[in-house]
Amino acid sequence: MTGSDVTRDGPRGERPGREAVPAALQPGKPPGTGRRRKGKGRGEQLMVPRAEFRSYYGRPVVKAPAWQARDIAGYFFTGGLAGAGSVLAAGAGLTGRHATAKAMKVSSLAAISLSTAALIHDLGRPERFANMLRVIKPTSPMSVGSWLLAGYGPAAGAAAGSALTGLLPRAGRAATGVAAMLGPAVAAYTAVLAADTAVPAWHDAHRELPYVFTASATAAAAGMALTLAPARENGPARNAALLAAAGEAVAVRLMKRRTGIVAETYEQGRGGRLLRAAERLTAGGALGAALLGRHRAAAVASGLALLAGSACTRFGIFHAGIASAEDPRYTVVPQRERLDSRPPEHGNGRSERPGRHDRNERKAQA
Amino acid sequence: MTTVDIRDLLSGPEPDPAGDAGHTAHPERAGFFTDTSVCIGCKACEVACKEWNAIPEDGLSLTGMSYDNSEGLGASTWRHVAFVEQSVPVRAPDPPPPADPVTPGAEVPRPEGRTELRWLMASDVCKHCTHAACLDVCPTGSLFRTEFGTVVVQEDICNGCGYCVPACPYGVIEQRPDDGRAFKCTMCYDRLGAGQEPACAKACPTESIQFGPLDELRETAARRVEQLHEAGVTDARLYGHEPDDGVGGDGAFFLLLDEPEVYGLPPDPVVTTRDLPAMWKHAGAAALALLGGVTAAFLGSPAGRGATTVRGRTTARAAARTAATAARAAAHRRGTRR
Repeated sequence: MTGSDVTRDGPRGERPGREAVPAALQPGKPPGTGRRRKGKGRGEQLMVPRAEFRSYYGRPVVKAPAWQARDIAGYFFTGGLAGAGSVLAAGAGLTGRHATAKAMKVSSLAAISLSTAALIHDLGRPERFANMLRVIKPTSPMSVGSWLLAGYGPAAGAAAGSALTGLLPRAGRAATGVAAMLGPAVAAYTAVLAADTAVPAWHDAHRELPYVFTASATAAAAGMALTLAPARENGPARNAALLAAAGEAVAVRLMKRRTGIVAETYEQGRGGRLLRAAERLTAGGALGAALLGRHRAAAVASGLALLAGSACTRFGIFHAGIASAEDPRYTVVPQRERLDSRPPEHGNGRSERPGRHDRNERKAQA
Repeated sequence: MTTVDIRDLLSGPEPDPAGDAGHTAHPERAGFFTDTSVCIGCKACEVACKEWNAIPEDGLSLTGMSYDNSEGLGASTWRHVAFVEQSVPVRAPDPPPPADPVTPGAEVPRPEGRTELRWLMASDVCKHCTHAACLDVCPTGSLFRTEFGTVVVQEDICNGCGYCVPACPYGVIEQRPDDGRAFKCTMCYDRLGAGQEPACAKACPTESIQFGPLDELRETAARRVEQLHEAGVTDARLYGHEPDDGVGGDGAFFLLLDEPEVYGLPPDPVVTTRDLPAMWKHAGAAALALLGGVTAAFLGSPAGRGATTVRGRTTARAAARTAATAARAAAHRRGTRR
């Protein structure tokens, strides 16, 4: 409901014409039903029962980011794939699985290159991308991330370059180590990037989102290893896939429980569809890898499912966030509940209890 | 107290935002007090703002939202007048005068069930928060705190990353589509520097928009709300005036006649960076979990093992067990933390 009697669909409550029969005299219509509540604001035609709330013509309170899903959700995916992939590459190198190590280093370099391209492409002024390194600001996850990428990118590049050419093996090992230490941070910080906003679905999930993102990143990297590496080397990737799938399932469930009414955006619409697909693909990929991963074809299929699942998770969370910002209900209802539950001596300040008129009006509408 | 808690800089009361931003010997904090009870919806503020700041045209559409055709604050609308049409019960003539000459003791007839139009108008603007999320999250330093305690975008620095847009709890700042950069109200930084009041306040014919030192405005506002309550306008309330609210108080605050959400304002906004320490903590734990999980995956499948059928199965099963245990442990940890 809006706070105004005039909605974008016209005035609420029908205006009687000249010939109109008073409601009380209309056949089959008990008195008191003449006043009709119609026309919730545009963009409010979802199918769940609505919690009562007021808004300005159904317009959003916060602004959704103008970020392109392909660029930013795509970056969440490729950044995670690169970061977790570097850890797998280092582990594979240390345990003598050289084919896996090389494949994952190349995959991480490709993924982080794509990431950087996507990030620059999404800027309103791409030619000014270097301004990202103008300051160091711990309060800005994007600043922290820019510096992380500035350290991680070259390390991932050097690791892949050395593995491909065989040149400078010692420097290559050092770069592999640096990339493996920075990789988890690259995979985790993007969750803070999303959560440090007023977007209800992202901010309200700020405790769980980092775990969802690192688990999803691990699943993607394990999927890439299963797809690229020979079957005799893929034991650790299969283990990692199982761990990641279980961790993601738990973290997503906690996230939905913690976000209350906002969790609807994780269950409905495009975000909900993508997250359901992600759940199936990730679980299927992890189980397939665990049970049949010794067969090359099954490993590749499972790996591709894990990669697709991780991408669906990131795009699902991205779209859920956009949906939660575009509907004022996800901003107003939780804030109103918080305000009304606050003890009066703490001063719920900005809302003195509604005056006589509001209360009567609401009774009339109920 | 000699040490500064990082949390105090991110949220909570903050008496001197300009000083803490590094301005020494700065002027008093400037602010707006918008008293919507005397707004007549003339939109002179919108026009003056567009004119003075040379803001481009951003669409000429008829919205059907009463007299509001500028829809909301955005990259090219820095003052926005909201129009709300409500039908409210007709107010009964308040307490009958004690010496009623006609019929002493008789009930004054109450107009039960009848409604009348109430037309609310309110000029909205950037709140210039004490703890401004847009400024906190800006990665280039383009957004900065001025010596007047206001928040301004430097257009020659902004690279259009768009992070400030979803960070703002009021939905104020926005990227201009054809330009890419982010824009919002500057509280007429150029005019302030020359000792002038902002264009909107200058143009307002009813003094609904008042400009001045924030402390003085807060006193004026408290008096005004008291005056309105005495006059029987019990709906009058202040919004954004309290230094201990979720954004540390607004530099531009309001007197409203209904709940904030009716005007499109968030009822209880919180600066998102209040929770940033918790976010970094969880991100650190999640990164370590990734490192630990992958290490466990390698330990669970030592080189040379896992190639044979039987051992492969065992490993997978062991990993499943590990995963389940880790998940349970994580759930337990989170449960106890709450």
